[in-house]
Amino acid sequence: MTRKAWTKGLAASWIVALAACGGGGNGGAGEDTGGEAGAAAGGDAAAPAVDPATAATIRGVVTYEGVSPTMTEIDMSEEPVCAEKYPTDRPMTEQVVSADGRLANAFVYVKEGLAGEWPAPAEPAALDQVGCRYDPHILGLQAGQTLLITNSDAVLHNINTQPTANRGFNISQPQAGMVSHREFSRAEVMIPVKCDVHGWMHAFLGIVDHPYHAVSLADGTFEIASLPPGTYTIEAWHEVYGTMSQEVIVGDSETAEVAFAYSADMASADVPMAEPLVLTHGPDDGHEAAHGAGNAGADR
Amino acid sequence: MDWSLPLNASTQGEAIDNLFWLIFWITVTAFVVVEAGVLWFLWKYRGRKGRQARYTHGNATAEVIWTTIPAVVMVFLGIYSGRVWASIRSSDSYPDDALTIGVMAKQFEWIVTYPGEDRMLGNADDFTIRNRFEIPVNEPVVVMLESEDAIHSFFIPEMRVKQDAVPGMTIPIWFEAIRTGEFQIACAELCGLGHYRMRARVVVHDPTSYEAWYDERSAEAFAAEE
Amino acid sequence: MATIVAEASGMPVLVVEHEMPFIRKYVFSTDHKVIGIQFLFFSLFFLLIGGLLAVLIRYQLGWPGKAIPGGGVLPESMAPQGIMLPEFYNSLVTMHGTFMVFFAIMPLLVGVYANYLIPLQIGAHDMAFPKLNMASFWISVPAGLMMMASFAVEGGAAGAGWTSYAPLSARPDLSGVSLGQQMWIVSLVVLGLGSILGAVNYVTTVINNRAPGMTWFRLPLATWALFISAILILLSMPVLSAAMIMLLFDQTIGTNFFLPAEGGQPLLWQHLFWFFGHPEVYILILPAMGFVSEIIANGSRKPIFGYHSMVFALIAIAFLGFLVWGHHMFQSGMNPALGMSFMISTLVISVPSAIKVFNWMGTLWEGNIQFHTPMLFAVGFVMLFVIGGLSGVYMASTPVDIYIHDTYFIVAHIHYVLLGGSLFAIFGAIYYWFPKMFGRMINDTAGKIHFFATFILFNLTFFPMHGLGMKGMMRRIYDPAQYEHLSEIQDTNTMVSIAAIALFGTGIYFLVLFFWSLFKGKKAPANPWNATTLEWQTPSPPRHGNWSELPVVYHGPYEYSHPDMDRDWLAQNERPDIVSPAHPELTDQVLAETGASEEPSPGTHTDGAG
Repeated sequence: MTRKAWTKGLAASWIVALAACGGGGNGGAGEDTGGEAGAAAGGDAAAPAVDPATAATIRGVVTYEGVSPTMTEIDMSEEPVCAEKYPTDRPMTEQVVSADGRLANAFVYVKEGLAGEWPAPAEPAALDQVGCRYDPHILGLQAGQTLLITNSDAVLHNINTQPTANRGFNISQPQAGMVSHREFSRAEVMIPVKCDVHGWMHAFLGIVDHPYHAVSLADGTFEIASLPPGTYTIEAWHEVYGTMSQEVIVGDSETAEVAFAYSADMASADVPMAEPLVLTHGPDDGHEAAHGAGNAGADR
Repeated sequence: MDWSLPLNASTQGEAIDNLFWLIFWITVTAFVVVEAGVLWFLWKYRGRKGRQARYTHGNATAEVIWTTIPAVVMVFLGIYSGRVWASIRSSDSYPDDALTIGVMAKQFEWIVTYPGEDRMLGNADDFTIRNRFEIPVNEPVVVMLESEDAIHSFFIPEMRVKQDAVPGMTIPIWFEAIRTGEFQIACAELCGLGHYRMRARVVVHDPTSYEAWYDERSAEAFAAEE
Repeated sequence: MATIVAEASGMPVLVVEHEMPFIRKYVFSTDHKVIGIQFLFFSLFFLLIGGLLAVLIRYQLGWPGKAIPGGGVLPESMAPQGIMLPEFYNSLVTMHGTFMVFFAIMPLLVGVYANYLIPLQIGAHDMAFPKLNMASFWISVPAGLMMMASFAVEGGAAGAGWTSYAPLSARPDLSGVSLGQQMWIVSLVVLGLGSILGAVNYVTTVINNRAPGMTWFRLPLATWALFISAILILLSMPVLSAAMIMLLFDQTIGTNFFLPAEGGQPLLWQHLFWFFGHPEVYILILPAMGFVSEIIANGSRKPIFGYHSMVFALIAIAFLGFLVWGHHMFQSGMNPALGMSFMISTLVISVPSAIKVFNWMGTLWEGNIQFHTPMLFAVGFVMLFVIGGLSGVYMASTPVDIYIHDTYFIVAHIHYVLLGGSLFAIFGAIYYWFPKMFGRMINDTAGKIHFFATFILFNLTFFPMHGLGMKGMMRRIYDPAQYEHLSEIQDTNTMVSIAAIALFGTGIYFLVLFFWSLFKGKKAPANPWNATTLEWQTPSPPRHGNWSELPVVYHGPYEYSHPDMDRDWLAQNERPDIVSPAHPELTDQVLAETGASEEPSPGTHTDGAG
């Protein structure tokens, strides 16, 4: 081979090598930074103006019929730092949190009927690890909104997310006070989160493209406010009992009441997990969640 | 830090420790002979004006001697170690009718499955506890070791027990505790970010307290299941 | 442009036609000496990187969870507010091992000295395949760049240990590392190709290009060791490359060689890796042993004691090295019967190493010992390698290995043989052949300071690790304090860390000394050590092509202190009429074989004119 060919060949191989390492950084997962607010996704599109004069509200209650399964006490004896945080109130498992015929921890969100682009809020959604439990157990946030993860325990936790439509992450926080920031770029209902060091720790993240989501409280109630009036499909998701949806029409300044009635026999339902969400928007719809397309980097 | 092994807590540990200290004395002897020899030669044959080195290409007898002695020592160590290895790992060495406990290693916990009254795994009366390994003293125990994800390693230092847990394999190992007390399982194979903290409590009970613990735990496990 | 033509006498002669441009002379050069020096700069750089990673590891172990001073420059994915994350720690231990084994020690031993020494020591103008030789260096460069770059990608650099056990290394969902692990694999496959190409050259050159009279048993032990190591590379490196490619496929295209879910076998990775890995560690020690033999013979002013035994020991170690790989897998879950067979072969392989140690002692015995810096490092090698070898006996015993496997006892062993052993020999080699390579001396007093500081700090750092292993401290753990049985050893870990950081300081001292000597060292004569082998019978540095007329060899490589001679050394190519009276028949034989005349031929003397 001639010298020129050698030189060109070597230069080409170096460029290829450098390009290969440059290509690793796209996708939704951001970095841990101190105190920085998350970047808004698609912030340039005009947010549909919600006129406060006509803004509507959807409110409701999630009920549960039947004998609630007993939750068991989590054995934290091998993690004294966490066990100490429960001197009287015992830590119980959280798959079904129900009392007096009400169901807590149902994720309720607007599935269909919204038009336009909704820029992610600047304020982060907070997920804390305290007493070796996630707080909250179910968290809703918007695509592009920063997820702020804190460790309030002086033990190692890792935050292992397993999405399918988003790029997941599995990061550690070995000390109390550590803070990490991440975000998800695509809507996905729901993303499981677990800690591998403490196998009982589970949480679920509901990522949607708009701010209209809520989680039912201990008394089963939820509220979604400041909606533009219109016709919507609302869906409720529960980790054991699955999904239910219904159509709600809400007029100017109206408050619509809905109820989701779960029952014990729904426990065998196939609970949709980590499903990418297909939103039906207006004519300028640019969203499409592809199943496992491209970005599923860290998960296999 | 003192230069001692942790206080032994198992039957096989005794044999392992004895072999360790035998090798220690053999290697220390070799160490002293060689290092003192080197230092002595460096001193005695240091270069001085007018000194002439001895012109020799070697000595066959010396070669034979210093080949044979290490070889004999190695043969001896091989035979001795082979016996100890067989006493721990040969299929005959495994106790019959031993208490069998299942240990499933996963990132980053040890899931321990205890048998029912039949002392065997695999039926409905088994129950599972996270990160607690409790056994009676002076009784051989067989551990059926598995892994859910990466390779981990089941290591109890005081018992001189170590076995890699390999996904896709169920590996039986056995040991017998000779004293009561509390110990830990430590993971001894890099398995991810939580490897440094993958530990479980080991409790060796005297027979009465073992019965009490076992009854209490299995009752709890089955009550919860209603 | 330089060409080799045959003269009427039949002796090959080098004809230099015109000056080469800078880039052909020093960058894309086919001259084995330039390539050797390129490898030297390449490996010293990676030695520095590997050392830096070790400092970070020791910082975490010495002061667990404390923010690293200046750690704020590290990204949050590695060390938020300077506090190291466990996943970054795993990458550090992985990359420290990787850089040190593949990019520092191996190229320092083989890439530098096989290239630099072989043609000079055997009396050849250059390697058999000079262009292939150039390729072997320039392939290594992108491999190194890719390995460095892997720190910057998402998920970070490889974090499954330098041994990269599957399934952890094959599954990003378990390790958290995806692209970084893939880059690690590709980099090593590329580097492996460079090693294989180099090895082809070394083997061919030693077999084919020896000067007249350079019989097999007149080869210097450095060449023997490098030759045998090259054979090891040829036989073992392809196995690693195959295993790496299989791992890459498991990671990327859905195969299941090592993943049990669809029928793969995690242990298969271990068998393949260690089938390469064990010969690899002999590749990392045999050349070192060769250099030590050169230097000890020279420093003692005596022939090496038991030259033939030394050669056979090298061959025995290399051969047996292929039969012991399972000793890395005693606790892996493989059939315990294999524990027996691998234990036997492992105990056996200690014997040829012991033979070598005794022969070095025999060389010192009744010598006239010169304590120049290379000699200090060579003797240091013997003293430290013995410790490393003896600690190996514990792990050879399968039942004892149950306890010490994957503990710091192993880490101590590794570093006694690789640092106390290989790196000390490398330092000795650098000091010894620096004058030849660069035409300048490294100041001997400064070198002695380097030696003593390194020797002391090395032992302070690594000897206590035997004790840490005895206490059951496992390898690759970010925070030993998490275990009760390790609660008392934190002070030891802190002391080790302080010594380790100081040891790194001695490395910096050495690099400064090295580069200072490149420019300001005293000018070196052709043969500053009064050595016998052929490379010392050329100018410092040698001309392109090494000799205008190839030397003729009349003697073995270590004819020091012959009683009938005035001076205490006899070069291999010196005239037969000054030969040792002990073997006159060999002289006549050589004269007959080579057809050399009794008259001195021009260009074979060490007069500096080449």
